[in-house]
Amino acid sequence: MNFWQFANPTVFMSWSGKLLPWAWLTALASLAVALVWGFFFTPDDFRMGSTVKIIYIHVPAAMMAINAWLMMFVASLIWFIRRHHVSALAAKAAAPIGLVMTLIAIATGAIWGKPMWGTYWAWDPRLTSFLILCFFFVGYIALWEALESSDVAADLTSVLCLVGSVFALLSRYAVQFWNQGLHQGTSVPVATGERTVDDVFFAPLALAMLGFGLLFIALVLTRTRTELRLRRARALEARQRMRLEQSV
Amino acid sequence: MMVDLGKYAGDVFAAYAITLTALAGLVLWSYAQAKRAKSKLASLEAEAKDAS
Repeated sequence: MNFWQFANPTVFMSWSGKLLPWAWLTALASLAVALVWGFFFTPDDFRMGSTVKIIYIHVPAAMMAINAWLMMFVASLIWFIRRHHVSALAAKAAAPIGLVMTLIAIATGAIWGKPMWGTYWAWDPRLTSFLILCFFFVGYIALWEALESSDVAADLTSVLCLVGSVFALLSRYAVQFWNQGLHQGTSVPVATGERTVDDVFFAPLALAMLGFGLLFIALVLTRTRTELRLRRARALEARQRMRLEQSV
Repeated sequence: MMVDLGKYAGDVFAAYAITLTALAGLVLWSYAQAKRAKSKLASLEAEAKDAS
């Protein structure tokens, strides 16, 4: 079977339907275990006190906000190159999830910032690039809603997605690009593997990151299936209208 | 099984409350949309079958 056949709407509905219960089950189980573990069974940090517990929601949400845009970027490229409707609809389905993740990251970061930095907000490179990413998510969703033709909407939102990828990249590497501001460096650098987080905090954090990732997959699959059903419903409605017009 | 969060209890609880509410809202909204779309498509397909 050709890889691209997985993007055929009928084939997609078939395999995603089988995968979905497992995605939800593993997502909710790993999230529940990670958050209970992190909240109830990890010690306070010697400097940050109990606010360190915010790491188990702030870091995974920020990671998924950027990864959601990355996934939309790849899906948009696939739409441009191969014109697979499932990829355009998957990008559309991922946008509200990315927006919620961005808002969670900003809100929990602000709450964490007040006791640690003495302020809820600062025009720090990472915070500012995250705010811009948030506006890109809002713009992307608004553009999809504003356009009637789904193919035109897919084209224009894909262009917006490619442009916004610069800010997704900036929000990930802002601390390294501009070595200034209040925000610390990344807690889990993928490239170097040198962690700044002790194992006692890292183990539940890693599980929370896995849980957020699985939740994202479960939500994207669910929402993409919804978009495909709505697309088919619109086609049937159009066919019904044509039939009515012909009979008049 | 209550943890002592000390003077930052309000901050930690607020962060968790916002996150869990937002995630639960997103999941419930997606589920409701999925259910609506499924039943809408089912009724349209039934109508199309009757018409043909």
